[in-house]
Amino acid sequence: MRSFAYKRVSDVATAIAEVGGDPGSEFLAGGTTEVDMLRIRVARPRRVVDINDLPIAAIEDLSDGGLRLGGLARMSDVAAHPAVRERYPVVSEALEKGASAQLRNMATLGGNLMQKVRCSYFRDVDQACNKREPGSGCAAMNGFNRTHAVLGTSEHCIATHPSDVAVALTALDAIVHIQGPEGARTVAFDDFFPLPGNTPDREHPIAHGELITAIEVPANPAARTSHYLKVRDRESYEFALASAAVVLRVERGIIAEARIGLGGVATKPWRARQAEAALTGAPALRAAFEDAAAAELADAVPQGMNSFKITLAQRTLVRALETVASAHGGEGNA
Amino acid sequence: MRPRAHQTGTVAPSIPEQARGVRPRDAEIGPEATDIELTVNGTTHRVRVEPRVSLLDALRERLDITGTKKGCNQGACGACTVWVDGRRVVSCLTLAVACEGREITTVEGLADGDRLHPMQRAFVDNDAFQCGYCTPGQLMSAVALMAEGHTCDDAEIAEWMSGNICRCAAYPNIRSAIRQVRDTAEGTRKGGR
Repeated sequence: MRSFAYKRVSDVATAIAEVGGDPGSEFLAGGTTEVDMLRIRVARPRRVVDINDLPIAAIEDLSDGGLRLGGLARMSDVAAHPAVRERYPVVSEALEKGASAQLRNMATLGGNLMQKVRCSYFRDVDQACNKREPGSGCAAMNGFNRTHAVLGTSEHCIATHPSDVAVALTALDAIVHIQGPEGARTVAFDDFFPLPGNTPDREHPIAHGELITAIEVPANPAARTSHYLKVRDRESYEFALASAAVVLRVERGIIAEARIGLGGVATKPWRARQAEAALTGAPALRAAFEDAAAAELADAVPQGMNSFKITLAQRTLVRALETVASAHGGEGNA
Repeated sequence: MRPRAHQTGTVAPSIPEQARGVRPRDAEIGPEATDIELTVNGTTHRVRVEPRVSLLDALRERLDITGTKKGCNQGACGACTVWVDGRRVVSCLTLAVACEGREITTVEGLADGDRLHPMQRAFVDNDAFQCGYCTPGQLMSAVALMAEGHTCDDAEIAEWMSGNICRCAAYPNIRSAIRQVRDTAEGTRKGGR
């Protein structure tokens, strides 16, 4: 590991000033990505600013029935919170299917959104990677790309976004609260994650010195029966090969509203808008679920070793839809 | 570099209250080595580390508290599991400097003198290891698991112990040990949080 300096801060304004005023400084929260990146020399700050003592870890009710999740709230604490479990089971399930108990005790919600991709070529500084070294190429394109993305890719990057909880939060239209040297602002969740396009090194809209202070989850009564399904190579402590976050509002057997996120198959937490459009107004039946899943994956681009994900993602989504529909007493359980 | 004499060993004398606070907590330190204070199993040690030193390396290489094991050194195996302020974490992805002012508990802190913690006793009773390398981490997770309350059945135990890999695959016996402690009142005597 390269050498770096360390400073611990205890309030948001100081944290922003310390990092914002020094191009060589980076925030350190849970460290589960950052310390790893420091060790493999992908992250090379002059100094880390430890923000673990900042008072932005609370989970609070919003007046409309939504929740405000502090940027430094730990994954384990968010997952265990009674209001999260009751109102947004999709969030608790996604969190508890991510990482391990130890890592969930460390990792923060803000850090989860800022985590780096798990592409092995990004993490190997001897390999070409447009995300790490713009213009150097993408070694994954013709490499071992079984776990890589089939949606939202470009010729410059096919790395899969690794987060589970972000897949749930995109389905819920969460709002990211950011504070920085220029003041406070909010970003809609789906806008937080750009597609790689020609600039895969641009992974988020956060400017240097800006900090995620909270994530707001709007009220959504239908989310009380929401569900996160994750399919992976082993049953626990593994990234998704395909996952689906599903929120359905079903009225007399007809889908009035569908909100769907897909994980493990895309370069960002994937909002499945084509599937949502196909489902809206359709009967809550398996045939409709299959059509919607097919519509969403119609534009998928396989890379050779990961073509199985196109089928797997559809089956994952169909099963998650069936689970949620059956909770509504629909025919999804037929 | 090697630690200075007063930094070594679990028998290092605790630092008197008035000598604590080597500098303001918000002072910038490093990148060169700096004296910090780590409280491990109730004893406060002064140790000289660079900010880049992990808690794992500070424990093992500087303080000679070697029960905590280094496996993958990238947060994947759980061999280095310790508690920080009562929560189980991986010490390989934790910076030692970030633990100043926090309570660190390692496997050495489980036993009460020569009397094994019930979970340690249960691991012996159930032959819950072969090579033993992952065992300190398994124990720290297993005891924390009791307090977290995820011991309903074997599936739940397996899920919540999945952050601790055992290359010898002693998993069935580890689960047996956890069940044994779960089913005795003594198991909650010394919980994780």
